[in-house]
Amino acid sequence: MASDSPEVRPLSQADPGSPAAAPLRRTPLYELHRARGAKMVPFAGYEMPVQYPTGIISEHLQTRAQAGLFDVSHMGQIRLRGAAAASALEALVPGDLQALAPQRMRYTLLLNDKGGILDDLMVTRLEDGLMLVVNAACKESDLAYLQAHLDREIAVEPRFDRALLALQGPAAAAVLARFAPGVARMPFLSSAELSIAGAPCTVTRSGYTGEDGFEIALAAEHAVTVAEKLLAEPGVAPIGLGARDTLRLEAGLCLYGHDIDETTTPVEAGLAWTVGKRRRTEGGFPGASIILRQVAEGPARKRVGIRPDGRAPAREGTIIVDPANNAIGKVTSGGFGPSINAPVAMGYVDAPHGREGATLAVVVRDVARLAHVAPLPFVRTHYYRGS
Amino acid sequence: MSAVRFTKDHEWVRQEGDLAVIGITDYAQSQLGDVVYVELPEHGRQIEQGKEAAVVESAKAASEVYAPVTGEVVAVNDEIVSDPAKVNADAMGAGWFIKIRLADPKQLDGLMDEAAYQAFVGEQP
Repeated sequence: MASDSPEVRPLSQADPGSPAAAPLRRTPLYELHRARGAKMVPFAGYEMPVQYPTGIISEHLQTRAQAGLFDVSHMGQIRLRGAAAASALEALVPGDLQALAPQRMRYTLLLNDKGGILDDLMVTRLEDGLMLVVNAACKESDLAYLQAHLDREIAVEPRFDRALLALQGPAAAAVLARFAPGVARMPFLSSAELSIAGAPCTVTRSGYTGEDGFEIALAAEHAVTVAEKLLAEPGVAPIGLGARDTLRLEAGLCLYGHDIDETTTPVEAGLAWTVGKRRRTEGGFPGASIILRQVAEGPARKRVGIRPDGRAPAREGTIIVDPANNAIGKVTSGGFGPSINAPVAMGYVDAPHGREGATLAVVVRDVARLAHVAPLPFVRTHYYRGS
Repeated sequence: MSAVRFTKDHEWVRQEGDLAVIGITDYAQSQLGDVVYVELPEHGRQIEQGKEAAVVESAKAASEVYAPVTGEVVAVNDEIVSDPAKVNADAMGAGWFIKIRLADPKQLDGLMDEAAYQAFVGEQP
């Protein structure tokens, strides 16, 4: 749905899910979604649930208050096998992967030679390599890129047939612990091999909502059973991609292809923290000279949080102007934040305008409407920090 | 209360003497999902049949609301501005958008009646 200007469409086309261009793939949970009344839409080549009958706001609030189950099986799981996988992948990402202990996980970025972002991904260290989870829309290109750029000793194995569930929210740990008691004390960003309802699963304490939660990777044949078991627990409801987007936006998390892409660097995106300390000294990742110069000197533009003063959402593509009406940037994600009960947005602005509290305006339907630079995340996050 | 007429763009209009009340249909609100913002025209504005009269935004996207008939805005529903969820709860009633003074009541004759609109909606994908 990327576009240069925010779309305002006729009511007759209010449902963005109607036109389907190419034949769409389905996840193992397709029938489960349909049976639960989901509205299915095309997303990254898949037919995915955008919302269930209760709607995006209710699903969003459910996840913040109790627990939500998301089908993210469209995302790409890629196994890198080989003792040198961590050091080999470091040639393509700025993260310090060699410092990762086995069963620990980290957020990192595939970079191009200009320091632009080819994809963002989660990397888990395993005894004999790495497990990657990449964006659905990028998974084929990521796979080809990894196969072309990693040393031949590293086996690059797509696991695109595997399912991936996310159980997110303050009740997630208690719910999952009923099936696998060990999850309760799993550290944030760690991984464990567990059996859930008889199915072998790789469980990580991670997610994309700002809440505590888990992602559960498993064979497609077990996905429905495990999903149904989790959904049968009190406090758990199925959540669609619509609420997934509002949850991650409130949590200040980037959406690839929108907030970050090949034209944005980690420093501009506020992701300089992904450049490991050792990597800053040693370099040796794509675009290192550009990125390290931006780290030292500050970027010319930066991603910021934006809170419109009024009620009108400022959507992707909205032009951002300074108080004198000069264009200073563009919104990359924006909409209504159900937990904030107000519009929220993220976008890039020229660095001098990016300080917290700065006044700017968003041009919605040709009217400049006052807004302020706000700290990210918009909501307090609740990642597990131990009890 | 006179009959309600409908457009292919999913607006409804109900004549009340020389005035008319305008809103979006229940089908439209169900397609939009949660309404989070409504922008209504100011009092006294002339709106023209088939042209933009208001904007309604859901959690997902912004949509234009077209004027089903031509006229002058004489009232707007401030309640849906302060509580946009009213559009979802009662699109055909308390979730009305604007009231206009009809320029040409005969324009209503060119719109669908309820049966025709329900048949039209039934053909939607």
